[in-house]
Amino acid sequence: MKTKDGIGRRHFLFRAAVPVAAVNVFGAVASPTDVMAASNPSYKPSFFSTEEWSFINAVVDRLVPAGGKGPGGVEAGVPEFIDRQMEMPYGHGGTTYMQGPFQRDLPATLGYQLPYTPRDLYRKGIASADKACRAAHGMPFHLLAIEQQDAFLGLMEKGGIGEAEPPLAAVFAQLLENTHEGYFADPMYGGNRDMGAWKSIGFPGARADFTDWLDQPGKPYPFGPVSINGRRS
Amino acid sequence: MAERRRKVDAVIIGYGWTGAIMAKTLTDAGLSVVALERGPARDTSPDFEFPRIADELKHGIRGELWQPLAKETVTIRHGVGDVAAPYRRYGSFVLGNGVGGAGVHWNGQLWRASPEDLRLRSHVTQRYGKKFIPGDMTIQDYPVSFEELEPHFDHFEKVCGASGVAGNLKGSPREGGNPFEGARSSEFPTPAMAAIESARRFEVAARELGYKPFPVPAANCSVAYTNPYGVRMGPCNLCGYCERFGCFLYSKASPQTTILPVLKARPNLEVRVNSYVTRVLMDDARRRATGVVYIDADGREVEQPADMVMLCAFQMHNVRLLLLSGIGKPYDPATGEGLVGKNYAYQMCAQTTAHFSEDVEINPFIGAGAAGQRVVDEFNSDHFDHAEHGFIGGSLIFASATGGRPIAQMLLPPGTPRWGHAWKAATQRHYRHSAPYTTQGSVMSYRDSYLSLDPTYRDAHGLPLLRITFDWHDNEYRMAAFCAQKMDGIVAAMKPETRSTLVMRPGNHYDTRIYQSTHSTGGAIMGSNPSNSVVNRYSQCWDVPNLFIYGASSFPQNIGYNPTGLLAGLAYFSADELHRTYFKSPQPLVQA
Repeated sequence: MKTKDGIGRRHFLFRAAVPVAAVNVFGAVASPTDVMAASNPSYKPSFFSTEEWSFINAVVDRLVPAGGKGPGGVEAGVPEFIDRQMEMPYGHGGTTYMQGPFQRDLPATLGYQLPYTPRDLYRKGIASADKACRAAHGMPFHLLAIEQQDAFLGLMEKGGIGEAEPPLAAVFAQLLENTHEGYFADPMYGGNRDMGAWKSIGFPGARADFTDWLDQPGKPYPFGPVSINGRRS
Repeated sequence: MAERRRKVDAVIIGYGWTGAIMAKTLTDAGLSVVALERGPARDTSPDFEFPRIADELKHGIRGELWQPLAKETVTIRHGVGDVAAPYRRYGSFVLGNGVGGAGVHWNGQLWRASPEDLRLRSHVTQRYGKKFIPGDMTIQDYPVSFEELEPHFDHFEKVCGASGVAGNLKGSPREGGNPFEGARSSEFPTPAMAAIESARRFEVAARELGYKPFPVPAANCSVAYTNPYGVRMGPCNLCGYCERFGCFLYSKASPQTTILPVLKARPNLEVRVNSYVTRVLMDDARRRATGVVYIDADGREVEQPADMVMLCAFQMHNVRLLLLSGIGKPYDPATGEGLVGKNYAYQMCAQTTAHFSEDVEINPFIGAGAAGQRVVDEFNSDHFDHAEHGFIGGSLIFASATGGRPIAQMLLPPGTPRWGHAWKAATQRHYRHSAPYTTQGSVMSYRDSYLSLDPTYRDAHGLPLLRITFDWHDNEYRMAAFCAQKMDGIVAAMKPETRSTLVMRPGNHYDTRIYQSTHSTGGAIMGSNPSNSVVNRYSQCWDVPNLFIYGASSFPQNIGYNPTGLLAGLAYFSADELHRTYFKSPQPLVQA
């Protein structure tokens, strides 16, 4: 549904009808994504700015969409997970060797070689991605139509958006990795709210004791998940 | 000016498996010992307690128990002429840190080498002729035989409370065990655990095809057990948090669950944690180690004099310390001269993932690092005729599920999108109905695969990082393709709806991003004389007879098995000789 200037007409109308209710929550122009994020309206991002938060919520909503069985990534709290991870040593590059020189044009098989911590990658990467969105579509990512968002993410994934710093494929890889982590990690980290993602696949979480199931091969395990903090469902 | 501590009889560098074995050996003999561990103190309680240990993000992904790469990593390049790049994030292998080392977060697959693995060059030459070995392949025999090591393999298995089934008891074949193994002097100390579902299906399929599947030898204790040192262990409950985690049940053998409890009360042992050894000190003639220098938790440089130096760090770190200390001659791939760093090797693995119909309940979260798994050994070592296949070595083929942790162990059919509705639906459809099968294969040593100091990159203290120069060779591509095909046949016989195999093919370079194996070997290899090796059969350094170097750094080439059984056997073999002769009369144990 893309017109030449990249803005879907159907979506444009849809978009215009939504924001008002969400403005109070986020203090910014909101999108349908923000409405869903309001399932935990009390969470105030610590690392991400308002614009970045809109981007993260919109991306997570496409990487793990709502609908069907199991929660969407936003409903599961993945944006909160990512924001909180940015305040951990991990976000500051504490688990990565960050000494230079940083070589470019190496074979991909030699792994991550960018001079950016996860925080840097998000800060610079979101600005860079939104800039590319504005150039292509006249608006930031979170205001694009869903189809446009999916197409843009697909291009990011394949490295097809052109020159950007940091490379948008690396930004996408970071987003996808952290989204999967937040969706399936223990709920104490802010994602996987109510163990919804675990329930959706049948993972029993921190039960970690299957003595009673050793002699019952092939029978479906009957118990739902527990979390590290002892929550059950 | 370094602070100088009181001289001791022996200093141990690294307090993992071989460090613990040596601490026991030396203190048994009444020697005064200081063990230096670069990482923190760790014990089952409080560090591995349930439920906090059951945290995939913290341990399985962020690597709480691993060496922090921010401070020190390695650099890697594919070829001798390339510039190496730092291994900045974990991928291909996982390095240990802290008391227990990688022995805390290993899987516990406790293999012995095959007898022919230990005399590989002779064996291959004898069976296939000298020309069968490519010119650039630098394999050599171990200077010690399976029969000599057997009592020590046996002892270590008893220390670990290992579970399994003997396939060859004193030369008699035994049903249900490995028909290819060398003769065992005794049965496993604890019985094998029942097969988990993915392994049960593997076992049935492998039997149908005429193979002889058996339980993976597991340092996951299966019953309440007391080891030869009087340390009590408990049965594994297949919790699914094994490799990358510490064991909360005292089931997985680690230094903490098997040896360290008896050392705690010993007045002649002092363990200093957060102590980062930067070099081994030598006398002026460079024939004798006089101690070590380390950086303590407060950043102070400390000198610890000692009469014996036991290098018990991880394989890569052993080699780096030798190079940083200027011990021996660094290997030069251009001339083939020098020995320190020579013959770095790795393992080549392939994976087949099976996706079953929805009525097949795999319960993937039930699993352990080794217990409950099943394996065939038909295509490993020289258990089959290689003549027509044109390669040396082989692979284990096994039902390899260790758990179903959903961030890292989610198995989806190839072609599944990595995000969006299709990804989400696929996780729900396949998670409980998929299983991984793996080949773990040997890698030979080559003239162009070696370890050296990196000219550019440094650790947090300003010391050069270790540089790995490594890529795959034709022999290994052929080996992996052959074994992957055999594995695919077994998985096909299980009749999954779909299956897919990931295997390295010619043109695929070593990919540092994907976890493959932490079984890196070589760099301070063992051999029959000082012109072909850094250490002798007793792990004693030829050039510096009061320096002993333990671990997989001594393997002249790699095997298809996991290395811990072999490296512990070599350590106990050395310990035996120390007791027998060296402690009474410290001197070279093999005449050069």
